[in-house]
Amino acid sequence: MSTVRLLVGTRKGAFVLTADGKRQRWDISGPHFAGWELYHLKGSPAHPDRLYASQCSGWFGQMIQRSDDGGKTWEAVGNEFKYEGVPGTHQWYDGTQHPWEFKRVWHLEPSPSDPDVVYAGAEDAALFRSGDGGRTWQELPGLRGAKGHLWQPGAGGMGLHTILLNPSRPERIFVAISAAGVFRSDDAGKTWRAANRGLKSQFELPDPDAEVGHCVHRIAAHPSRPDVLFMQKHWDVMRSDTAGEAWHEVSGNLPSDFGFPIDVHAHEPETIFVVPIKSDSEHFPPDGKLRVYRSRTGGNEWEALTNGLPQKDCYVNVLRDAMAVDSLDPCGVYFGTTGGQVYASADSGGTWNPIVRDLPAVLSVEAQALP
Amino acid sequence: MMRVMLPYHLRTLARIDGELQLEVAGPPTLASVLDALEARYPVLRGTIRDHVTLRRRPFLRFFACAEDLSHEPPEARLPDAVATGAEPLLIVGAMAGG
Repeated sequence: MSTVRLLVGTRKGAFVLTADGKRQRWDISGPHFAGWELYHLKGSPAHPDRLYASQCSGWFGQMIQRSDDGGKTWEAVGNEFKYEGVPGTHQWYDGTQHPWEFKRVWHLEPSPSDPDVVYAGAEDAALFRSGDGGRTWQELPGLRGAKGHLWQPGAGGMGLHTILLNPSRPERIFVAISAAGVFRSDDAGKTWRAANRGLKSQFELPDPDAEVGHCVHRIAAHPSRPDVLFMQKHWDVMRSDTAGEAWHEVSGNLPSDFGFPIDVHAHEPETIFVVPIKSDSEHFPPDGKLRVYRSRTGGNEWEALTNGLPQKDCYVNVLRDAMAVDSLDPCGVYFGTTGGQVYASADSGGTWNPIVRDLPAVLSVEAQALP
Repeated sequence: MMRVMLPYHLRTLARIDGELQLEVAGPPTLASVLDALEARYPVLRGTIRDHVTLRRRPFLRFFACAEDLSHEPPEARLPDAVATGAEPLLIVGAMAGG
């Protein structure tokens, strides 16, 4: 029978949660790297026991950890993230230019085909690639050439948080940056252009045609349709059917179109999930009710999924990397909260159960289905 | 032989149990001690000082013989008591919780 493994990054360590294919009873191991912030962990699709983890600390900086046995043991690999050439400057809050400075790795994206290839999304925003299992890292500097001097950090920092790789077309890569927007490369990361047409951010960007500066929180795509993109923006849930050439809003009947994560059902490319949050000044669910919203129509028409989730007095947040789906049938959906709960649904969101209730604040959740 | 005490998280990272003894060629300075430390424990590169600038990370401090050496130039000689191993060099994570 299949096994599901969840990789959970928290403010104070990493946890590995495992269950059989029924996904009812879970074993919890951890904390790994106790006391450190684990921004993100992800397994290689090509070698699922090869895991990468971004471990960081305000005191000791950035570490990258790698496991080759599914998280039982770990080895620290390379932690030198050096911007290529003269790092240059980006926009600062007061309108002046500010030097690029490496702070941390927000997201790790292993290659779909080669376990030694992994990409890292950094703050200050940049994309790094390793071809030797994380031992050394090289920046893909063309990304910052896409009007990087106009990018400006948001309240959470200027981090590259989403990396979408395309198994059938490896030269095409999408990344998303807070608060710069979506960028696309069609030559495996050498050159990049902004892919933000149709995004409206009227309070932050008076220019309705602004190419960059959009506060994109997360983008997602189904593996079978990698050029159909879904986005949770600061405000607005958006969709592109044209590989980011143009976006249109699909917020429809959501109670709030603010939020952080967005994900796509493993077997239904038009079924998507979001977690509405009240507003950018009140980072908790509307009315104290924790509700996942599911659209089976690729947006616009949404249904609340509440069975098993707290429907009163709930004031947690769900961060951008803290939702995941597994590839079993029925599809499992998972998310973690800033209150330390990790919720699981083994039926595509119909019913939910907490796997664990009292972890440190959850920063990221990834799911692996193992044979 | 010099003695160096690392903060808890760096001891865990480098799998060091307790105080560390370190051989440093010539009269020890902060720079030469950190060079020797990082050569013996490459995993510590970037955790105490920046990879590129070699500047001390902001929330780490250096103490020895009841003195704060954090703002000493990296090439300044460490006290004789540290050089002889009579006193340890303490690398301390600052109390910066707030």
